[in-house]
Amino acid sequence: MGKKVLAELVNKEELNKDIFKFSVRSKEIADLAKPGQFLDIKVSDKGEPFLRRPISIHNVDKENGIVEFIFMVVGKGTKILAERNVGEKLDILGPLGNGTFDTDKKYNSVSIIGGGLGVFPLYELTKKLKNNASLNVYLGFRNKDLVTCEKEFEAIGLNKLCVTTDDGSYKEKGFAIDFMKKDIEEHRVDKIFACGPLPMLRAVKEYADKEGIDCELSMEERMGCGIGACLGCAIEYIRDDGTKTYKHVCKDGPVFDSKKIIF
Amino acid sequence: MNLGVDFCGIKLKNPVTVASGTFGYGREFEEYIDLNRLGAIITKGTTLKEKLGNKAPRICEVTGGLLNSIGLQNPGVEHFLKEDLPFLRKFDTKIIVNACGSTVEDYVELCKILNDADIDGVELNLSCPNVKEGCLAFGTTYEGVKGVTEKVRKVLDRKPLIVKLTPNVTDITQPAKGAEDAGADGISAINTLLGMKIDIKKRRPILANNTGGFAGPAIKPVAVRMVYQIAQAVNIPVMGLGGIMTGEDAIEFMEAGATAISIGAGNMVDPETSIRVIDEIEEFMKANQIDDIKKLIGSVEMN
Ligand SMILES: Cc1cc2nc3c(=O)[nH]c(=O)nc-3n(C[C@H](O)[C@H](O)[C@H](O)COP(=O)(O)OP(=O)(O)OC[C@H]3O[C@@H](n4cnc5c(N)ncnc54)[C@H](O)[C@@H]3O)c2cc1C
Ligand SMILES: Cc1cc2nc3c(=O)[nH]c(=O)nc-3n(C[C@H](O)[C@H](O)[C@H](O)COP(=O)(O)O)c2cc1C
Ligand code: FES
Repeated sequence: MGKKVLAELVNKEELNKDIFKFSVRSKEIADLAKPGQFLDIKVSDKGEPFLRRPISIHNVDKENGIVEFIFMVVGKGTKILAERNVGEKLDILGPLGNGTFDTDKKYNSVSIIGGGLGVFPLYELTKKLKNNASLNVYLGFRNKDLVTCEKEFEAIGLNKLCVTTDDGSYKEKGFAIDFMKKDIEEHRVDKIFACGPLPMLRAVKEYADKEGIDCELSMEERMGCGIGACLGCAIEYIRDDGTKTYKHVCKDGPVFDSKKIIF
Repeated sequence: MNLGVDFCGIKLKNPVTVASGTFGYGREFEEYIDLNRLGAIITKGTTLKEKLGNKAPRICEVTGGLLNSIGLQNPGVEHFLKEDLPFLRKFDTKIIVNACGSTVEDYVELCKILNDADIDGVELNLSCPNVKEGCLAFGTTYEGVKGVTEKVRKVLDRKPLIVKLTPNVTDITQPAKGAEDAGADGISAINTLLGMKIDIKKRRPILANNTGGFAGPAIKPVAVRMVYQIAQAVNIPVMGLGGIMTGEDAIEFMEAGATAISIGAGNMVDPETSIRVIDEIEEFMKANQIDDIKKLIGSVEMN
């Protein structure tokens, strides 16, 4: 169930160079939001850029009706968004997506792995799972300057938090997935949740499918409407009978069972 | 104040419809707007058999609009009739099915089925730029449009037949006359303009299909000109579309000669666009003391 709201920007923080955290007030979205869902944001009311921008929900404060998202300035839309000021109203559709992280099941031990911007939506998931399972969280970044949200994850109270950088400029050097694999070889987990760049998701899928570990991936694709009407955000998907079809990230996802996705 | 119009025998409570491919089969919009307020819903392009569509990326933003290369993904007509039409029928609005095929035989088979369906009209899509066969192949010439429309008309004798035209032609009045001469009841124009966008760092087009259909406010002047030319050239009513975002845009199309209008890309930016356009048309009529919207149709005078 998505809503169209005009939500006041109540707090704005630059977490890192070009990485912003926005807090908006919307009781409607906060009440409905589930881990893995996203918002579709009109960055300007001037008609340009033409389309909305999809950004994941990072954190929900249901009590105060506050929804937070974190985004990086990568192009003209996110640049305009970053220039919006506290007190302004943002035109937002959300929460969107029917494919959400499954937090209802009972798990023993869970691995959560995020890469780059994919780290942000995993926060709400991790919070939700806190009392449900023993959590191992792996956050991978390209370098030290991009490391974001480490303290927030730490504060949740995890079995393990592993932060990696590709170049070794901060904490562990290497890819987050290699550290996750090493831990799983010692202590098997019954679930993996992943969000991040395509190569990482592909590697996580291959590993999880091979090991027979249940795995959910949060996917991205270029969007038009954000609500399932234009069929723009297609990804290849294997049906139960083994035939191939397309599903849509905005409506059927963004979270999918790894076994169903074809890269 | 009257907003109702008769579009080739289909009585629309107002001239505002939603365009094929931007509104799915209506379901996704139910939670955002009151579907009962729309003049008509034109469905996603529907084919005889299921179609999977093109590889992604299928969407790419450009200045003043977007390119799309969906490739007519749809579940097929039988699925539509069983699963989607009953939903659409719960609402007090007209249902027009956008029909597409790769061969003349496909169009004929499909329209035989639609002739018996509980729908208000058929929009023959002779203008999709994103599929390899069919559509465009018939849509660009007088003979092409006349040929397929005649064959469809023979089997589609119980429903209004609207032919949707592509703007990717030198003279839009030619295919328009082809449709009229073959017995079509109405014309809708325009479909998307063929476009391309290149990722200059990768030196590759962004769309997986390389090219795609250009829609949105940037194409509106082309669409208004073509609607005017068609309305001048034929005696059947025209549904105008291409870049409509506001009530003023809609009125411009009606003055150019459109009896009804349709909103495409506008739905993708904001699910409430169609309803806002209806409200803005009413406001315009009030402010300018126009009691009947029909007075606007074709009211433009050339310099
Ligand atoms: C479901 C989903 C969740 C996302 N969550 C986040 C998040 O939490 N934080 C964050 O920083 N980014 C997130 N993104 C990526 C974000 O949407 C893009 O970075 C943003 O749209 C870029 O817009 P732009 O105008 O700055 O870039 P431009 O390159 O100028 O954008 C041009 C067009 O391409 C689209 N586009 C560009 N990059 C992407 C991309 N990676 N994915 C989808 N569309 C893209 C834009 O939406 C726009 O239509 C998410 C994407 C999706 C699909
Ligand atoms: C994502 C998308 C999908 C479309 N699918 C169809 C379709 O299935 N059949 C059709 O006749 N036109 C289709 N169109 C064309 C629109 O119905 C319309 O003719 C065109 O986009 C111009 O109007 P607009 O500028 O208001 O969008 C599609 C357009 C878009 C943007
Ligand atoms: S963006 Fe339109 S269907 Fe997903």
